[in-house]
Amino acid sequence: MTGFAPGTRVRVRDDWPETRGPAHIRTPHYVRGAEGTVVRVLGAFKNPEDLAFARPAPRRALYHVRFDPGAIWHDGRAKDGRGRNDLLVEIFEQWLEPA
Amino acid sequence: MMLQETDGERLLVAVRRLLEAKGIASTAEIAERIAITDRASPGQGARMVARAWTDPDYRALMVEDGSKAAEMLGIPMRGMPPLGVLQNAPGLHHLVVCTLCSCYPRAVLGYPPYWFKSAGYRARAVRDPRGLIAEWGTVLPETTKVTVVDSTADYRWMVLPERPAGTEDWTETQLAAIVREGDMIGVTIPKRP
Repeated sequence: MTGFAPGTRVRVRDDWPETRGPAHIRTPHYVRGAEGTVVRVLGAFKNPEDLAFARPAPRRALYHVRFDPGAIWHDGRAKDGRGRNDLLVEIFEQWLEPA
Repeated sequence: MMLQETDGERLLVAVRRLLEAKGIASTAEIAERIAITDRASPGQGARMVARAWTDPDYRALMVEDGSKAAEMLGIPMRGMPPLGVLQNAPGLHHLVVCTLCSCYPRAVLGYPPYWFKSAGYRARAVRDPRGLIAEWGTVLPETTKVTVVDSTADYRWMVLPERPAGTEDWTETQLAAIVREGDMIGVTIPKRP
């Protein structure tokens, strides 16, 4: 899998493996399908989705991805009216695609 | 004499016996890990913050490699997830949460406070961070950006807050004494008493 350089626009896969069977996922619901920007590569870590089931766990690149809350929440609290916020979330490479 | 044993205790004993039998972790290793975890407290993180406030080289190292910076102060990091340090600055504030569970930088802050693991804190931190921290009395200027860091995977995060005004001639020990747990999570900011 090719890596994403800092600054790359990415989209989190809008995928819900937990609806298809037992799954252990570190990608929060609220960012699935959302677009963000890669801030940095945090390293490569054994895939927790495999570790949780004692399967062989290859190392996967882990990214810090920045999201605009306005792209995620749609209830007017996006920027909560009082200032500018953003969100930084750790996302594994298999959940990211170029935006 | 066995007074009373809960299912949880029986399970714990069984798991520890299995770990030993399979050569995964010995009784001594488990005891050492429990001792390290019990010794960890927000005082450890506070020492790092105070050093960063007084030593620019240490601050640079801490932001670059939090684990190495912790080890430099004698904080055991072996077997711990890597530590990332989020540097507050004028106009920039960080708040740490783990929306999935309760990931917490235990090596430098000890056990997480009960509210850190609550569904309310986890849900509100990502949705309404300013409203949430206002309940601690933390009201930030509108021009300050709040970056919420959701600790979802293999890193653990602590906040390096700004040094309060009026502490310019303070020693490192004095400074460490005013840094609280919440300051390093981002729900509060250090104050001069």
